[in-house]
Amino acid sequence: MKPSRVPLYTTLAVLAFLYLPIVVMTVQSFNAARYGGEWKGFTFSWYAKLFEDRSIWSATRNTLVVAISCTAVSTIIGSLAAWVLHRYRTRLQRLHYLVTYAPLVVPDILMGISLLLFYVNLKILLGLGTVILAHVTFCISYVAFVVLGRLQDFDYSLVEAAQDLGAGWGRIVFRVLLPVLGPGILAGAMLAFTLSVDDFVITFFVAGPGSSTLPVHIYSMIKHGSTTVINALSVLFMTVTFAVVVISQFFSRNRPVH
Amino acid sequence: MESILEIKTVNKAFGAQRVVRDVSLSVKRGEVFSLLGPSGCGKTTLLRMIAGFERPDSGSILLDGTDVAQLPPNRRQVNTVFQNYALFPHLSVADNIAFGLRAEGKPKIEIQEEVHRMLDLIRMHEHAHKKPSQISGGQKQRVAIARALIKKPKILLLDEPLAALDLKLRQHMLLELDRIHDEVGITFIYVTHDQDEAMSLSDHIAIMNEGVIEQLGTPAEVYELPKSRFVAEFIGDTNLFPGKVASVEGSDYCHLEVPGLGKILAYQDRPVAPGENVTLSLRPEKFNLSREKPTVPSIQNLLPGVVDTIIYMGSETRYVVRCGEFKLNVLRQHNRCLLEEKPITWEDSVWLTWHADDGNILQSTNGTPATTPNADSAP
Ligand SMILES: Nc1ncnc2c1ncn2[C@@H]1O[C@H](COP(=O)(O)OP(=O)(O)O)[C@@H](O)[C@H]1O
Ligand SMILES: [Mg+2]
Repeated sequence: MKPSRVPLYTTLAVLAFLYLPIVVMTVQSFNAARYGGEWKGFTFSWYAKLFEDRSIWSATRNTLVVAISCTAVSTIIGSLAAWVLHRYRTRLQRLHYLVTYAPLVVPDILMGISLLLFYVNLKILLGLGTVILAHVTFCISYVAFVVLGRLQDFDYSLVEAAQDLGAGWGRIVFRVLLPVLGPGILAGAMLAFTLSVDDFVITFFVAGPGSSTLPVHIYSMIKHGSTTVINALSVLFMTVTFAVVVISQFFSRNRPVH
Repeated sequence: MESILEIKTVNKAFGAQRVVRDVSLSVKRGEVFSLLGPSGCGKTTLLRMIAGFERPDSGSILLDGTDVAQLPPNRRQVNTVFQNYALFPHLSVADNIAFGLRAEGKPKIEIQEEVHRMLDLIRMHEHAHKKPSQISGGQKQRVAIARALIKKPKILLLDEPLAALDLKLRQHMLLELDRIHDEVGITFIYVTHDQDEAMSLSDHIAIMNEGVIEQLGTPAEVYELPKSRFVAEFIGDTNLFPGKVASVEGSDYCHLEVPGLGKILAYQDRPVAPGENVTLSLRPEKFNLSREKPTVPSIQNLLPGVVDTIIYMGSETRYVVRCGEFKLNVLRQHNRCLLEEKPITWEDSVWLTWHADDGNILQSTNGTPATTPNADSAP
């Protein structure tokens, strides 16, 4: 029997759908033509231009500040939430579980609008602070669920064994919990980082003047033309995001063996 | 020998469920003491109260004379070998063993020496640098024991340590545990649901059922003189005869009227009165089985029966013999030449004899009615 060609065609179709736009964008970012379209020769000039644009630098700085602070805060809170959800099976924790789960399914646009209304009602000035707060809000849930997944195969008797052998909580946390759960927590942190860097919708609502992050800035650049620079920026942006995802995948696959 | 652990009327409930009920026991220094009982009877909970992971609702736990019932695990000189080993997956064998001494802040050299000694004890020097994932189940077990023993506990608690191992390895580890116990001389409290493990390893066994200790004694005592129907059935096989005392013969013996079987003579393990309802327990190996009617002294019981089932098991054979309205379990060792006589087969008429002293009148504690026939031996 001839081997079926269906798997091959399916794979090709999926690849085309997923990656053709990216390939086109990447090729265009090296195209010397001013408005894209037909190929006019290879150039790095859009990349060079990119590095001269002060507003892009400031958006990049904002993105990193937001992503790093959001990652730090949501990793700590999210991991603690996961621990509590895992350890205690009370009615309060069932509620806690639902509340933590909600941001994963609520549409971004609802989150964005409700956060904006919240800030406006409390008369909080929109700025980097509000963006960070908004990102923490949804990242906590993602971190919590990644860590919770890893806790499913965490054996609590490790903690009891450590107690039994005379370890205090400091030693238990740093010599047992963090080494064993570290890879899971790191994977959660990486996810939080990429989600924060990528987010457009929520940030669009809650960013004040001067606190645009890269996605929001790219959007406003499209409105003002100059797609070639945007191609270059998007390629760089994508490369960094992709790298972070690959690294986080690496950590979440390298589970500690029990 | 003095006792190292005294437990006095300890109780523990989870919500409305009373998991451990008025348990009192004492463990002698240096012995192997087993807690034996079916799954869910509260063994682990009792062990966790000794270790300090659970606080008793009431009662006291005296370790070498001081009450530790309310102390946390790290303030009692007791260490645990967990059922699933609970080895730290990110640490090597040697680092696992060293964990307890590092927590105490012992000097490096001392830790090294102690770890070395422990690796000697469990014979695992060549695996010292391996991670737990790289060693076998039996080896993990030994590391878990060494990790606990390095703390020089007054008592080592073991919760079903062999349950996760296959049969062959279990028998090997049983010998290994015995050797380690002999070498270190530390008191072991051993939790198991396996009667063979408990019988072969222990100096004393406490048999638990639904949170209560049903009987406490040496392996021979709990086997030969079970006090309750539960103990008689849980430890080994037995035949139960529910009956009524027909007459008392002197101070030592009595005749029982067993409905569906007839009159049998029994030793009075406790004083009984005529008309009292009692249950007699008789182990399968106490019977003597023969084809010809034997002539026996009056101290022996003699009953005719018919062979119902034969289960050949190599070193021994199990027979089920129909006797009156009962089906009796009979065990016979092959201690004679196979060809010596014509073998007993299905539907053969046979004679069962046993000495009156070999039956054991149960104490009918915990309200077990002595009148309901046992499901196995009833018709
Ligand atoms: N932490 C707990 N919370 C509620 N019930 C428990 C807890 N620990 C044990 N139990 C219950 O107590 C009973 C005895 O459990 P356990 O001591 O583990 O029995 P064993 O070790 O003899 O199998 C079981 O019915 C179990 O469900
Ligand atoms: Mg148990």
